Amino acid sequence: MSDSKNIAVLGNFKDPNKIMHAANKVRESGYTDFDIYTPYPIHGLDKAMGVKRSILPYISFAGAMFGLSNAVFLMWWTGAVDYKLNIGGKPFFSVQFGIPIMFELTVLLTGLATFVALWALCGLPKWYSDLQDDAGFKSAVDDTFVLSIFATDQRFSLETTTKFMNEIGADDVRLIEA
Amino acid sequence: MSVENVTQTGQGSSQEHLTSASYQNNPYPVPDSQREPLVLGNPSIHDVTEKIAGIIEGKANAKYWVAVLICASIAGIGFAAIGETVTTGIGVWGSNNTIGWAWDITNFVFWIGIGHAGTLISAILYLFRQKWRTAINRSAEAMTIFAVLCAGIFPVIHTGRPWFAYWLTPYPNQMQLWVNFRSPLVWDVFAVTTYLTVSALFWFIGLVPDLATIRNYVKGKTAKSLYTFFSFGWTGSMRAWHHYEIAYLILAGLSTPLVISVHTIVSMDFATSVLPGWHTTIFPPYFVAGAIFSGFAMVMTLLVIAREILGLKDYITLKHLENMNKIILATGMMVGYAYSMEFFIAWYSGNEYERTVFINRAFGEYWWAYWSMLSCNVLSPQIYWFKKARRNIPLMFVISIFVNIGMWFERFTIISTSLHHDFLPSSWSYYTPTMVEVGIFVGTIGLFLTLFLLFSKYLPVIAISEIKGIMPGSQPVHHHDEEHHH
Repeated sequence: MSDSKNIAVLGNFKDPNKIMHAANKVRESGYTDFDIYTPYPIHGLDKAMGVKRSILPYISFAGAMFGLSNAVFLMWWTGAVDYKLNIGGKPFFSVQFGIPIMFELTVLLTGLATFVALWALCGLPKWYSDLQDDAGFKSAVDDTFVLSIFATDQRFSLETTTKFMNEIGADDVRLIEA
Repeated sequence: MSVENVTQTGQGSSQEHLTSASYQNNPYPVPDSQREPLVLGNPSIHDVTEKIAGIIEGKANAKYWVAVLICASIAGIGFAAIGETVTTGIGVWGSNNTIGWAWDITNFVFWIGIGHAGTLISAILYLFRQKWRTAINRSAEAMTIFAVLCAGIFPVIHTGRPWFAYWLTPYPNQMQLWVNFRSPLVWDVFAVTTYLTVSALFWFIGLVPDLATIRNYVKGKTAKSLYTFFSFGWTGSMRAWHHYEIAYLILAGLSTPLVISVHTIVSMDFATSVLPGWHTTIFPPYFVAGAIFSGFAMVMTLLVIAREILGLKDYITLKHLENMNKIILATGMMVGYAYSMEFFIAWYSGNEYERTVFINRAFGEYWWAYWSMLSCNVLSPQIYWFKKARRNIPLMFVISIFVNIGMWFERFTIISTSLHHDFLPSSWSYYTPTMVEVGIFVGTIGLFLTLFLLFSKYLPVIAISEIKGIMPGSQPVHHHDEEHHH
């Protein structure tokens, strides 16, 4: 199988404490191109892996500002500039009557921005993964924690990475090729 | 919560659970071991997948399809009635010049209110870190979306020409007219569409990891490709979970003020008018409390049945039902307070018209609607002061139906009694619905139940990944002193 390419070394865990310990070890050993697949979010595991804090809140905030400014502009321009319509002597534009729609459009655009940004940051939708045929990887959405160190990592070498995975307590350490 | 109490209520299996060793690997052994467990029967993480995905993979029996058929037929009656309304005109309704808003707007407010419990459970209880919400949030959120869909039908058909409903949105047109942003009815359009959109996004984000679980579980080819498509290729990557949890928190933070704003704005449809009986400042909080009250009652009605049929008694436990009953009691007291405060203010205002309207509300031609509302909403939940009642399943089913009825009457009372005696005695009138209106309302109930039945079979009724995350031993034990050294 000389033409096949190494993708990653995978190892399974069942105990949340052990995967936590393993994540710390992997990070401390200097690996950066690795991931852990879990059926549910494990508190603090992202920190142990050294995942940088998500920029998602900033995108959501940008969405909020976009929604708010659009609401203000829409109500002001349509009511006080484009077509002034006197209804019961009420002002053509004022902040007070604008509050409900400013609020709703802010929420709407924040929600949409958060939704789009979430999938963009996760790199989804993506209906293919190099690991998708591995049985252990499949059970990561069921009840297994799967640690994967990718071959693209600078420190990756089949021998030492496999040995390292065994040392930190991974079960069924295996190589995935494509 | 002691062992004796659990066994008294008939959940015999839980006794074994409480005395078992399952709590030994609990990260917080002292407080949690004294609490009633959130999941009974001590299942493993894999058992949860088996249970929830098993509902989807299993074949539905004939009874299920009969139920779907009946509900869909009822929905069909509703659509026929809508067809009659649209082709003939809204003159086929019992509404008249004096009572222009009657069943139609009553039903709109009723359904919007039902939706509010879902958002309360999914967002507000999430922010308050109420772990018990995980068993019921998915189905309650589904209910929100279906209820808002039902609600949306009413104002659209009330326009008389629903094909022009898009006039409600601001868009450039050859008449160069814009919508009137000073009108609460326009606020309503924005509030309800935002609510539907954000609730659907929140629901879908919650579903994605579970759909990935289902994708790997189901065998059928079509089913697999559908679940694969909608799971977006979710792998469970912790790097994705990191973004995911933040997105979930942001959406929960957004939905919390949103849900309050929606019913506030619905109440402003009434409160910003100058009509006695509507023109009161208590309406926004009163409507929000009422919405949560009615929504929890509907969640209760459906969950009591669903947990039985789907075999989810270990997941939706008596503890969950009891907690919901506590909320029903609390919000029921709030609406009770609002009812009495309305009367007090009507008297205290010294306004003759206000006073007349409220006396007429309780003792006039619509007395039966008022007293139905009061006995269903204020009196019936009082039984929940007793723990035995809060944990009695047949009783809570009956009370939840009472509350649903009572909350419908609340909206009917507010709308019809305030309108039917206006300032000119010569235009006083009485309203009775026609069969077409009854048909539309019953039809929306059919639509709601059809959608819920389909949801309960084809989507995970319980948030799989969330319930796994709160099970004993599913999270690592944090050694706080150790963490400081890192």
